[in-house]
Amino acid sequence: MIEIKNLHAKVDGKDILKGVDLTIRPGEVHAIMGPNGAGKSTLSYVLAGREGYEVTEGSVTYYGKDLLALEPEQRAAEGVFLAFQYPVEIPGVANTTFLKTAINAMRKHRGEKELDAMQFLKLIREKTKALGMSDEMLKRAVNVGFSGGEKKRNETLQMAVLEPKFAILDETDSGLDIDALKIVAEGVNALRSPERSMLVITHYQRLLDYIVPDHVHVLAAGRVVKSGGKELALELEKNGYRDFGVNEAA
Amino acid sequence: MLTTTYATRGADPSTAPAFLAPLDQLKSGLPGAALSWLRDLREQGRERFAAVGLPTIRNETWRYTNLRDLTKLAFHPADAADGNVRFDVLPTVRTEGQTGPRLVFVDGRFRAELSSTEALPAGVELLSLAAAFASHGELIGEHLGRLALADDRPLVALNSAFLADGPVLRVAAGVAVDQPIELVFVSAGSDERPTSFHPRTLIVAEAGSRAVVVEHHIGCGTGTTLANHVAEVFVGEGATLYHYKAQRETASAFHLSHTAATVAKDGCYDNFILTLGARLSRNEVTSVLAGTDARTHVSGGYMVRGSQHADTTTLIDHAQPNGTSREVYKGVIDDTGRAVFQGKIIVRPQAQKTDGHQLNRALLLSDTAEIDAKPELEIHADDVKCSHGCTAGELDDAALFYLRARGIDQETARGLLIGAFLGEAMEEIAEEPVRDAFQALVSGWLEEKR
Ligand SMILES: Nc1ncnc2c1ncn2[C@@H]1O[C@H](COP(=O)(O)OP(=O)(O)OP(=O)(O)O)[C@@H](O)[C@H]1O
Ligand SMILES: [Mg+2]
Repeated sequence: MIEIKNLHAKVDGKDILKGVDLTIRPGEVHAIMGPNGAGKSTLSYVLAGREGYEVTEGSVTYYGKDLLALEPEQRAAEGVFLAFQYPVEIPGVANTTFLKTAINAMRKHRGEKELDAMQFLKLIREKTKALGMSDEMLKRAVNVGFSGGEKKRNETLQMAVLEPKFAILDETDSGLDIDALKIVAEGVNALRSPERSMLVITHYQRLLDYIVPDHVHVLAAGRVVKSGGKELALELEKNGYRDFGVNEAA
Repeated sequence: MLTTTYATRGADPSTAPAFLAPLDQLKSGLPGAALSWLRDLREQGRERFAAVGLPTIRNETWRYTNLRDLTKLAFHPADAADGNVRFDVLPTVRTEGQTGPRLVFVDGRFRAELSSTEALPAGVELLSLAAAFASHGELIGEHLGRLALADDRPLVALNSAFLADGPVLRVAAGVAVDQPIELVFVSAGSDERPTSFHPRTLIVAEAGSRAVVVEHHIGCGTGTTLANHVAEVFVGEGATLYHYKAQRETASAFHLSHTAATVAKDGCYDNFILTLGARLSRNEVTSVLAGTDARTHVSGGYMVRGSQHADTTTLIDHAQPNGTSREVYKGVIDDTGRAVFQGKIIVRPQAQKTDGHQLNRALLLSDTAEIDAKPELEIHADDVKCSHGCTAGELDDAALFYLRARGIDQETARGLLIGAFLGEAMEEIAEEPVRDAFQALVSGWLEEKR
């Protein structure tokens, strides 16, 4: 279980999160919607442990552990995965090298044997095929020269091979064409299980047709201002965020 | 009026006697004493060094590299191979079990029992300078001292004064040597006193020939050493010479090196230096495109940490039309390490259609790491394409976080990013076995830190 309590966070001296409360049980999928600049990505970075995001109040308990006390790689090893809104380009590091290093780091942490080159290739081929990715994308440097949609597929690929316990998807649907959206959603759904939970950040109800959430929350001005079932997403699609004192046109 | 002469301003004659005094005890022992031109060359070197001494930081090209520490040590010149150093494994770019041509020098002196010159194709001569004085007097006399001029460079003068030994390679016209020719320089020194030596390398690649030379500079023991190398490289018409060097001497070593190359029409000189070792190092590479349509690639990587100091100083001299030059340097500097990059490109008035490109990028891994970079273009022709770029930066935080967020620990993540950063320079190594071997040295360096 993941329990976020009264979470306050600052970026560059500016208060962004102003008391977020959220509880996610194993197996649940929660969606977060909210206007631009509400603090959705900030929340995801705080959960993943990015430097420069200073928690000033509150707590995050992850399966009994103080998540905020862990280094980013320890959180990843514990099963936290963030699919970035803006995946980072890393020139000079081949996607395969990156994936192999990541997989083996995880396996090592779990006390499993590292994969050799053959085993790795077999695994990765299988997953890339399912996601409609080309072998060529594996050879290229991480995200370098990838289109917006390819970057999002690459995030999904990483999630598929790392098999996280808690996945945060920050606008994984943005930049995807309709077919890609289906493929990526299938990839995500394939991971759904009673042990895994997900936090899906999106601006579009459409994604939630594919990845059906158990709960939908509205994050505005650094706080969860409304929670509901999947029908809340439909409502937001119709009315926007004006009911929450936010001018959407801004 | 054009000149490449370095000012002798910023020299300190008072530092000369300490270095030259031991010469009198040695002189009779230097090989080739019967050759009058050699005696002259040594004498000129001696006189020149006596007049100027070590360069100081007031000398424009030595502004960022201070040799003061050398004057605090009483260096004793290494005598004819008296080291009893034993080696289990000598460095090589060959795969295990493979053998090939190799010359080994310990403290500047040739060690025949560790060397091998079998299996060289006809038309290739590979031998020690000391031996060549007797057997190849004409070849040596024709080339030695022609490119590395003592007037300009005090350390070349010092090298000439002590001229005794080093590798000599000659590849006859039209001959291609497929296997790399390895030159191993071991700085052994002694625990009793600081040791200096002044190896001289001569490479003559005749018209249409092709060869790959790989230098390994290593150290053993704990003695303080000063290796003052000078290399003269002649690349003939249409010839191609790949000249690689990996320097990983010990933390008590001083490594000074000047390589002077000249490239004839349609020739190509390709130089790559990987600097990992030594307390203080300076690699000065001068490549003169003396014929039309000549090419030169002068690149390298430098990895500096602890309190190491590594200086890379290059001069590309486009003397004739249609020349191409390319320089790609990448440096990684950690702790209180300090690196210097000085890159000068000269395009002479007649060198139209010159294409010159220079890049130096440094990655600073700590707040106390330092780089002094000085790119310099001196262009006297109007129809040329020349560019240079110099940057210094830190590791990309966003990339580091991305890797860590995938479970890769901080040190491994840093290693991946540093390796990737250096990759751009390593790719300049055209010969695959050399690239692999040098890449392994880089990986080793990154591992050591962990
Ligand atoms: N480094 C920073 N310095 C100052 N302000 C920042 C910094 N990073 C983010 N912010 C601000 O924090 C606020 C929240 O940003 P965040 O990226 O979390 O929004 P979001 O809800 O993800 O928006 P979007 O829907 O556009 O992705 C914004 O107003 C943003 O400008
Ligand atoms: Mg966002």
